Amino acid sequence: MDPANHMGFIVAAYAATLVIVGALIAWVMLDYRAQQRTLAELDRRGVSRRSAPAPAMEQAKEQA
Amino acid sequence: MAIADLANPSRFLTLANRSIPWLGGLTVIVFAYGIDQAMLAPDDYQQGATVKIMFLHVPSAWLGMLGWGLMTVAAFGTLVWRHPLADVAAKAAAPIGAAFTLLCLVTGSLWGRPEWGTYWVWDARLTSELVLFLLYLAVIALWRTVEDPSRAARAAAILTLVGAIDLPIIKFSVDWWNTLHQGASVFRLGGSTIYPTILMPLLVMAVAFTLLFFTLHLAAMRNEILRRRVRTLRLMQANAVS
Repeated sequence: MDPANHMGFIVAAYAATLVIVGALIAWVMLDYRAQQRTLAELDRRGVSRRSAPAPAMEQAKEQA
Repeated sequence: MAIADLANPSRFLTLANRSIPWLGGLTVIVFAYGIDQAMLAPDDYQQGATVKIMFLHVPSAWLGMLGWGLMTVAAFGTLVWRHPLADVAAKAAAPIGAAFTLLCLVTGSLWGRPEWGTYWVWDARLTSELVLFLLYLAVIALWRTVEDPSRAARAAAILTLVGAIDLPIIKFSVDWWNTLHQGASVFRLGGSTIYPTILMPLLVMAVAFTLLFFTLHLAAMRNEILRRRVRTLRLMQANAVS
């Protein structure tokens, strides 16, 4: 095979790496934002793990 | 901070929040140096410029196996000590390990076509690597299928321990069977067979990929801990309503 044709395989390998690693990084970052957003939303509704659990439950009942 | 303190998810989150930016920055620096060295590396006397694919393929292969190795250690933590952070570590490692294994298969295929004349051959090394990728998909599917995280963790841990059999098969497949894939050339008795001008960029890229793996793993573990907090809060909310 002509060595000039090999450049396409090299570029494709680096491009595939960029896509797969980029997708992995994006997934981790977007997942983090999604979890933080959900936790903030729950906190806004008064549902939290340690801080004032009793009022949080009351608020949840009211919202229901 | 003692190592045992890290087993506490809240303390782990604090450590993760502090170390992820530093690890990420270090990863970028080592990658920049590694890619520079890889591009400056001379062509191989037989393979020509396609040897540059090795700088991606070999670290991906190592990390695909490292991911499953890490999950195997975590599986012991799940089954023996029933520690939730072991479940978190295993679950977070699976998609990352799967991505690196996929990268190994794709780059290997793109390297195989110009060197072997084919993208794929059912030889022992390639097939056992494909099996590893399928095992990753199976364990990810298992995590998603079982709703209760602790039950899912135990099922995934058993599958992980069974799947760990594939790791020595991948490593020694080139010795045990006649394969189109070459034998070990970096870590072997008698030293590496790769010339230093190509070996050094490979090792730098391997360090860069390993840093990337651990940065992503730490970040994915942080996400999983937060996901479990969300689940707990939703259950609390649902219980309060009912």
